Amino acid sequence: MSPIFYILAVLTIGGGLAAVLLKNLVHAALATTVAFAGLALLYLQLDAQFAGFAQILVYIGAVAILIVFAILLTRGSDLPKDGVFSRTWAVGLVIAAAVFAVLAWAVLQSVRAVPQQAAVPAVTVHDIGNALVGRYVLPLEIVGLLLTAATIGAVIVAMHEKERAK
Amino acid sequence: MANTHVFTHLDQIFILLRDWLVGFLPGAARPAAGVVLGVIAIVCLFPGLFALTTVFERKGLGRIQNRLGPNRVGPFGLFQPIADGIKSLTKEDVVPLSANAGVHFLAPLVLVVAVFMGFAVLPMGRNMVLVDMDAGLLFFFAMGAATELSVFMAGWSSRNKYSLLGAMRAVAQMISYEVVLLLSAVAVVMIAGSLSLPKIVDAQNQYTGIFPHWYIFTPWGLAGFVMYAIAATAETNRSPFDLPEGESELVAGYHTEYSGFKFALFFLGEYLAMFSISGLGTTLFLGGWSAPFSFLAFIPSWIWFFSKVMLSIFVFIWMRGTLPRLRQDQLMNFAWKFVLPFTLLNLFVTALWRFMGEGWLRWVVCSAILAVAWVLMTRVGMREEHFGPRRYRYAE
Repeated sequence: MSPIFYILAVLTIGGGLAAVLLKNLVHAALATTVAFAGLALLYLQLDAQFAGFAQILVYIGAVAILIVFAILLTRGSDLPKDGVFSRTWAVGLVIAAAVFAVLAWAVLQSVRAVPQQAAVPAVTVHDIGNALVGRYVLPLEIVGLLLTAATIGAVIVAMHEKERAK
Repeated sequence: MANTHVFTHLDQIFILLRDWLVGFLPGAARPAAGVVLGVIAIVCLFPGLFALTTVFERKGLGRIQNRLGPNRVGPFGLFQPIADGIKSLTKEDVVPLSANAGVHFLAPLVLVVAVFMGFAVLPMGRNMVLVDMDAGLLFFFAMGAATELSVFMAGWSSRNKYSLLGAMRAVAQMISYEVVLLLSAVAVVMIAGSLSLPKIVDAQNQYTGIFPHWYIFTPWGLAGFVMYAIAATAETNRSPFDLPEGESELVAGYHTEYSGFKFALFFLGEYLAMFSISGLGTTLFLGGWSAPFSFLAFIPSWIWFFSKVMLSIFVFIWMRGTLPRLRQDQLMNFAWKFVLPFTLLNLFVTALWRFMGEGWLRWVVCSAILAVAWVLMTRVGMREEHFGPRRYRYAE
């Protein structure tokens, strides 16, 4: 493990923790963005250019903006009266720990299941493109269909109000 | 023979200069030092260009509005940016009492850093690209996406209604037009078959007779370029899409509460974004650093690149002096009901162009589809309510 990995790990985990612990909602959203950026840098450090840039484009460019829009358009960034911690935080902690344990177990098993490859395969963006429209074309089409359905749904939700106003 | 030798050297002068400077260092430090020199060149060059452009813009706007523009500091007012720079450095840095100090401080930094990153992948001449990435185009757009967040940070942290309104407008506008920006670039990627910007330039750097193979000289390329130019203008918040900082409505939009050097940083970020997005447009559609005619190819490649970028900047200034500002509803209708559908159609036309093969037939078919769509969408669309007077939903 290189020192860069540890720096990125601290950045990502710090951002994630700050997102949970900060009291101001917008600060929490910005901290989430830091965690997203840390993950993107981690992908880049692993030589996964496409995944890294896509992570920045989608998560920082779209998801983070969506989050702040949602915060500003709903109840504002004011502090809730009864603090930011839910009363059932202990249950949440148990569930989170369980999910983490399952994921960690799966990851550790995968090391044993797939034998270590000698050389890291060089994957270019060209290869990813070919794989997406070749071998993985069906999942790609399904994702496209899902997104189209979601878009149409959003338009219908937005149109409903207008018709009622007439 | 000696003549061509001089021109090749002139073409590569910056590369040779860098290699010469790096040559003084021990071998192990050379690659890193080369990158550092490239970064220093970019960080010095573009702010310098920004200073010149501010004078150029004020002079140009002055001409369009039948006045002189700045003419007091130095010959023809050329030293105006130096005076402005000293002024903004020495001004008091006012942070509003209710502002969110940390985020307020970070916002201009995030903006300038993200915008500077975009220059890393732009090929500014033959072999003159800082990082030749396999996914360079994606990197450029990823960095562009990060600027949206900085605009939001600035608007929200100022605790000012004008700032927040300006930021919300800016983010809504940037998200809407970013879709178009990406999709119009996708057409180029479909034909060039690569996300690497130097490779896209190489694909255009060929000549038939004396005419170059620039993508703007194809039906889909022309349509794509027009859509790209519209989206780029909106993305950089330039007039006629300057609603986020419309002076008559919002004081100065998201940077209302910034003064002194932080305001200068926002100003710098806005102009750097103009340079980088013009540079990308040049690379994608106008052949990057390649010459417009084959017999002009002896002129150094970087002169062509910067000429094309400055020409785009001139068009930006020209439009600012000519067109009135759009309304918010017109802006959104324009993006989602005209520009986006047309860009999607252009993607189909590009695919058609790709699979029809060589020959004159694809020129006729592709041009016809785009022309018919253009006439239908502008003429018929204009007659519909999309671009007509505003219908107020709540204040009737």
